[in-house]
Amino acid sequence: MSADEIVGVEGLTVDFLGGAKPVRAVAGVDLTLRAGETLALLGESGSGKSVTLRALMRLLPERRAIIGGRLRVNGQDVRALPDRDLSAYRGRTIAMIFQEPGLALDPVYRLGDQIAEAVMRHDGVSRQAGRARALELFERVRIPSAAQRLDNYAHEMSGGMRQRAMIALALACRPKVLLADEPTTALDATVQIQVLLLLRELQRELGLAVIFVTHDVGVAIEIADRIAVMYAGRIVETGGCRDVIRAPAHPYTAGLLASRTGRASSMGARLPVIPGAPPDMENLPPGCAFAPRCKHAQSLCERGDPPDVAVGPAHRARCFLAPSLPSPACGGG
Amino acid sequence: MDGLGERAPARSSPSPLVGEGRGGGSGGDGTNMPRGTTPTPDPSPAEPRYSEGSATQQSDRSRQQPTSVGGGEKTRDHGGPAQPLLSVRSLIKHFGGRRSFGGRGIRGAVHAVDDVSFDVAEGQTLGIVGESGCGKSTLARLIMQIIPADTGEILFDGEAVGTHALDLVAYRREVQMVFQDSYASLNPRLTVEETVAFGPRVHGLSRRAAIARAHDLIFRVGLAPARFADRYPHELSGGQRQRVNIARALALQPRLVILDEAVSALDKSVEAQVLNLLIDLKSEFGLTYVFISHDLNVVRFMSDRVLVMYLGKVVEIGPSEVLLGAPRHPYTMALLASMPSMDPDRRITEPPLFGDPPSPIDPPSGCRFHTRCKFAAPVCAATEPVLAEIAPAHRAACLLATPGSGHPQAGPIA
Amino acid sequence: MAAVIDLARDAPIVPPPYPPPQAGEGRVGARGYWAGVGRRLLRDPVALAAALVIIVIVFAAILAPWLGLADPYRGSMLRRLRPISDAVYRLGSDELGRDMLSRLVYGGRLSLLMGVLPVVFAFFAGSAIGVLAGFVGGRVNTATMRTVDVFYAFPSVLLAIALSGALGAGIFNAIVSLTIVFTPQIARIAESVTTQIRTRDYVEAARISGAGPLAIIRVHVLGNVLGPIFVYATSLISVSMILASGLSFLGLGSKPPEPEWGLMLNTLRTAIYVQPLVAALPGAMIFITSIAFNLLSDGLRSAMEVK
Repeated sequence: MSADEIVGVEGLTVDFLGGAKPVRAVAGVDLTLRAGETLALLGESGSGKSVTLRALMRLLPERRAIIGGRLRVNGQDVRALPDRDLSAYRGRTIAMIFQEPGLALDPVYRLGDQIAEAVMRHDGVSRQAGRARALELFERVRIPSAAQRLDNYAHEMSGGMRQRAMIALALACRPKVLLADEPTTALDATVQIQVLLLLRELQRELGLAVIFVTHDVGVAIEIADRIAVMYAGRIVETGGCRDVIRAPAHPYTAGLLASRTGRASSMGARLPVIPGAPPDMENLPPGCAFAPRCKHAQSLCERGDPPDVAVGPAHRARCFLAPSLPSPACGGG
Repeated sequence: MDGLGERAPARSSPSPLVGEGRGGGSGGDGTNMPRGTTPTPDPSPAEPRYSEGSATQQSDRSRQQPTSVGGGEKTRDHGGPAQPLLSVRSLIKHFGGRRSFGGRGIRGAVHAVDDVSFDVAEGQTLGIVGESGCGKSTLARLIMQIIPADTGEILFDGEAVGTHALDLVAYRREVQMVFQDSYASLNPRLTVEETVAFGPRVHGLSRRAAIARAHDLIFRVGLAPARFADRYPHELSGGQRQRVNIARALALQPRLVILDEAVSALDKSVEAQVLNLLIDLKSEFGLTYVFISHDLNVVRFMSDRVLVMYLGKVVEIGPSEVLLGAPRHPYTMALLASMPSMDPDRRITEPPLFGDPPSPIDPPSGCRFHTRCKFAAPVCAATEPVLAEIAPAHRAACLLATPGSGHPQAGPIA
Repeated sequence: MAAVIDLARDAPIVPPPYPPPQAGEGRVGARGYWAGVGRRLLRDPVALAAALVIIVIVFAAILAPWLGLADPYRGSMLRRLRPISDAVYRLGSDELGRDMLSRLVYGGRLSLLMGVLPVVFAFFAGSAIGVLAGFVGGRVNTATMRTVDVFYAFPSVLLAIALSGALGAGIFNAIVSLTIVFTPQIARIAESVTTQIRTRDYVEAARISGAGPLAIIRVHVLGNVLGPIFVYATSLISVSMILASGLSFLGLGSKPPEPEWGLMLNTLRTAIYVQPLVAALPGAMIFITSIAFNLLSDGLRSAMEVK
């Protein structure tokens, strides 16, 4: 892990017990992130992206989820953290925002008090100082009439406001890494763009490292410096935003980009689609997990795990055929 | 048989199922096939969708022109080709509005749908787009007559719904709906074929015939009946469930299908498959669609005409290419500008609109959008704009776009 | 195949050749909802044990005449209140010299009857009231449920005693009064579940299909609603048994010399200083049977929760 890398994940695996046999939700993920950088984790349901995020914060149920691999955040080994350091780790070093603000905001406490409590707990300051910081945060996340809103309950605010309040809560203790689990999926388009721009701005100001999980390619393009595409618990392609979008190397990424409705050339013409459905994690096929749906698949794809090959500077893909596939012309827009 | 082979996964290895919707119980069916194997790998776009039964295809293709009915089939078009299939006139629906304790007077009603009128021509797709609180879901339910309107009327093929000429039962055979939540729309205790056959059974078809029709529709939406007909909803993936919902909607052979955010909850790759399916079914059955969504890209892809709603009112309506290429209403412009650009070099830098959509309780005076509109003038708070024609077949409710309206930037009357 | 099927004519429909099922793809075992519930129950050791106990008691009660037991009505003044491991009476004898084992087994018939029948009747009556009120909604619902609430407001024991007292003693009257006690409770659950189901999308979809309310209730509502009501009802069986025994204990249920556990408890009261274990036996039976029903009901509830 180089000097300015703030998140280093190597060979992360997560197995869930409890069913007939253990299910491997994440099967070997490598990630690095520098301060001030946004990484978009792009994938569909069941790809393992949310599980990866929760593993970084050790939010997975201890007994049911077995985590393997190396996880280093801000120089600390996350898996080895003892419990009392864990609560300092969460909030101070790393924080998370969710798709449903209701998950993070307690409905029976006023918002200002929730933030103040977090600040008091982590920084050890007085309640007044906590409230002052809460006001400062509300203003920073552009909540209008911030001073009055501090005394609001969660249900008194609209969806976009709640999302901003959750961001304020997450940033209360000045974390270095922000994890975002589909925070804009449930928002209207006009509100979504506001929240995305806010996140970009906050990231610039505070030098945050952000991992943004989403299933929406457009959102990923708006927010990310780098994109990592996940499929069936693995990262199948990773690279700079432009490289991945303009010249996708993995057939899954290419398929995702080609099936966007925004790119349909003429109305009513059929969309190019990826056939089949996302895989059943309990019954993965041998070899490359995408092979059953891949139009380039050959017999070697079903035999072994595809290796992680470089297809460009800082652009890698996990595919046997990646270097030799013609890159589809997927210009932006 | 290659055509039929399209219906099965092309490879012998199990085509896996998305992790959602796992049922409890048996992890194995005794074989290594996972529950809910997938439908069709889609053929490449060049191939015809159904390559068997070509005779069927010819008579189906003839239904592409909505007004000419080919080959001796009964015609159901009573009003003639020029008659819009669906006409909605001045629909109003308010919810609630009650006196509250403590002398605060009458609390506002929710103005869910406020004087909405539009037409849908046969064979078209009308896209309805808007954000939360705009009333599009309520509008869908009003059109379906699930909830009664306060005032206004609905004309189907020239006949008013609810009158002797077209009573509710007959109307239900002409208009059907597909809901957003694919899981909640299916009775967890019924198998797929029972769900699809329920409608025809209610209308008098015998059980055998209804099941046969159900199998036919299950096949046409891309699921092999032998494998899917006796599955339960929890054994299907989201995309498969939505296909079942579409099959159910088509079971009564409607002419108009309302799709209320039908693809919004699906993964993008599955969404593309279902959209393709909808396009195919539209031409095969000669359907007319009302496609409701919050996603402008999907609406643009699917629709001939687009209607934009804001806080219960229609703010703009017109051909989709024109409206989305050169919108005239500031809200439409803002919606378009909020869509992610899809180009890493042309990211959005300024949010087109601030704040959240206001609640439909006690909406703003005058033009409802004036509180967030960057072109707002004092006249906008005072006068409510009417939906005025600003170009052929393109109407907008905006003082700025209407000459002579009193808005300082609107031109004089030409 | 015709693209248009005329709804008015029930013409024979020739389906196109569908692709046949692939090899090795058949279903194994029933996959319906209740089949899944059954499977999960079979994996629950506590529920299985409880079910076993109930089965033993029920079969013993049904097959009582053929089990080679002594006559439960024949007493002997010489052999009163014998202890449990007596040579002649395996579980002792009661205050009139009757064989306890035989009376307990025969007593199971009446006690089970008075425990289960009221719940069965209340299940039908309460479900009908609750489902209809829940489905119709609005003012009818409010009127019905508030009436039900009036009955629900009475503590069940007091209500049972009052009703039995008004109707008179006897098994039949006890069953009637217990049915009246339990019907409001089941009606409340039924109404609440039905109201939840009524707003589900698939019920709306059924309405859109043009189905009338009866068809919707029959096909869509009942299947989803009866399950939770059934679970609640099974949890009432133990309550009913105890209440029935209580009524008999108070002289409001079965009459001597009928063997019935509650009545036996009453008549053996005075024997508690002489043969405490024998006197406690009917109570033990009530206890075991109630717990078994309760545990089975719990197991059923957890088996039904997993979707």
